[in-house]
Amino acid sequence: MHIYEGFLPWQWCVFWYALAIPVVVYGIIRIKKVTDEHPESKPILAVSGAFMFVLSSLKLPSVTGSCSHPTGNGLGAVLFGPAVVSVLCVIVLLFQALLLGHGGLTTLGANTFSMGIIGPLAAWLIYKGWQKVEGSQEAGGFILVGIFFAAFFADLLTYVTTAIQLSLAFPIPTFESAMLKFMGIYAVTQLPLAIAEGILTVVIFDYIMKLRPDVLDKLGVLELVKKVGKIEEPKETV
Amino acid sequence: MDTKIAILLVIAAAIIIAPLVLYSGLTEEEGFFTGSDGQGPEYLEEQGYEPWIEPIWSPPSGEIEVLFFSLQAAIGSLIIGYFIGYYKGLARRREDEIDEEVSQAKGK
Repeated sequence: MHIYEGFLPWQWCVFWYALAIPVVVYGIIRIKKVTDEHPESKPILAVSGAFMFVLSSLKLPSVTGSCSHPTGNGLGAVLFGPAVVSVLCVIVLLFQALLLGHGGLTTLGANTFSMGIIGPLAAWLIYKGWQKVEGSQEAGGFILVGIFFAAFFADLLTYVTTAIQLSLAFPIPTFESAMLKFMGIYAVTQLPLAIAEGILTVVIFDYIMKLRPDVLDKLGVLELVKKVGKIEEPKETV
Repeated sequence: MDTKIAILLVIAAAIIIAPLVLYSGLTEEEGFFTGSDGQGPEYLEEQGYEPWIEPIWSPPSGEIEVLFFSLQAAIGSLIIGYFIGYYKGLARRREDEIDEEVSQAKGK
């Protein structure tokens, strides 16, 4: 989903920057607020960022015969909301733009918009919706299904957004035909990878859920207190 | 590790391995296993588009690129492993404390 340096006309670079910057600023405020209110959530925030670091570094083969990389943006979105992920995403994209020549500084706004905002927003909305539906059930297996779909769509919609961004900038010969072309390159290749990403997100979420249900509950990810009453917290001495 | 996790990981691995089996023998030269991130720009260049700005720095060779990709994965894995391990330690200690309380209560 990285649009390379110089591959978006400057007007579009400005446009996507203008959309991304307010979200990233709000994300920084959110991070400050969450870590002040729940300092015990800091390690989980670090793990969410690290998960994006690992997954976006892995270029995986797809059944289309092309390679692409997952995004890792669903986990953080479910745990902390999309704005926080946009900040984590900027860190990942800067690392790749500066050290790998992957992505770019002029296209940072556009790439943040796809991987840090639209993908995570989709994950967050899907999970919140799932929580409402799942509300009456006991915590466990059903939550993980919601996590799977959240991560799957976060990954896929990130690439769909890239395809839309390129089609808007290069409607050759028309927006529709450009869309068909870019969707073929980005979104179709991404389908199996999005499934794999969904699974990996479920695995790491399951770990976090088993080890620190208390923190997830405070973040509003699990509604345990509402369901089963008080939950125990491990004593931390760092 | 419980079986549910093991099964999920096997499915994820199968999804990634399948294309390697499906297109086994084919390489980059036949147009296989190239990156989708690179195909977009490639297509645009075919349409006559010229990038208006170059990256300020890019890895001088594939080896150096792999170095930084590996570094990225290593940093991420390190952080995940550290905190999952820390949390496991916390959970273990709490179990021990509960065991101790139980045995003390029995002793009385």
